[in-house]
Amino acid sequence: MTWLSIIIAGILTYFTRMTMIALVSRDMLGDRIKAVLAYVPSAVFPAIIFPAIFINDYGTFIEMNDPKIFGAIVAIVVGYFSKNVIATILSGLISYWIILFF
Amino acid sequence: MLSKKKLFTKGMLDVAPHMLSVIPFGIICGAIGIELGFNPYLVYGMSIIIFGGASQIVFLQLISGGASSLIAATSVGVINSRHLLYGAVLSEYLEKLSFIKKLLISYLVVDQGFAESNKFFKKNKTEQYLHYHLIGTGSTLWVCWQISTLAGIILGSFVPEELGLKFAIPLTFIAIIVQDLKKIDHVIVMLVCGISSLLFFDAPFKSYIIISPIVALFFAALLLRFKK
Repeated sequence: MTWLSIIIAGILTYFTRMTMIALVSRDMLGDRIKAVLAYVPSAVFPAIIFPAIFINDYGTFIEMNDPKIFGAIVAIVVGYFSKNVIATILSGLISYWIILFF
Repeated sequence: MLSKKKLFTKGMLDVAPHMLSVIPFGIICGAIGIELGFNPYLVYGMSIIIFGGASQIVFLQLISGGASSLIAATSVGVINSRHLLYGAVLSEYLEKLSFIKKLLISYLVVDQGFAESNKFFKKNKTEQYLHYHLIGTGSTLWVCWQISTLAGIILGSFVPEELGLKFAIPLTFIAIIVQDLKKIDHVIVMLVCGISSLLFFDAPFKSYIIISPIVALFFAALLLRFKK
């Protein structure tokens, strides 16, 4: 039963990946829609970032002095100026650990 | 014109830094499945059949919490529905491919691969074999995801939970969008999405993950109208 639902979940997931690439042609999207689609990264990724920072494992809001907030701010500043993915992730993790363990 | 091989390698290199968060997350994902008491084959099977990090964890947690398989499968579909937006963006660059190639390449579209390939596509629209970049990012993520979830299944959570490595996930996505903070319209769209994701966090089936991008894109459409 669980296997069956994994297969269904996999098919659903595959359809979310395939539908727009294989079944929708470019002509079906007007210029207006294409201009809006340029915002997709900015419109999608904060929905992963914000809950991962501000909501804890139990589904409640974190305190304002949570080390994750500090880590995120450091990562944003380092990432903005360094334009480097590794520097962004490491600076965020290390500053988070410093607050967490010391 | 860059060769297919060069584009593929460029894709691999562009997405490689994100392995810093993908690999620990894969290990955690595999280990959680075993901790929750699932059959190891089943936990690993998900990495091939679903191939979608967060949705795999949600699936396992829902089933072990007693939710019906229908609810678990629906949640996976809802969480992964954001790929519809990635596909809409990528379709412009992949339209010349044959239908079969489109079907095959679709399997490899995931968050970080989409983000890095999309950045590359925007700057190199005229390249003939653009899709090899996407194959490069996608297959790198696929291989690392398979190995790391397997490692988590076999070795258990050898990454101590106290390290809080789950925090690398938001950091990876911060690294992806941080340069767009230069543009005020993008900042507004990000804030709208982020704040709605917190407001809608308790919406059923984790649907906040698709509701907030839709709200944010609606705002983006309004912004474009004012810009004119």
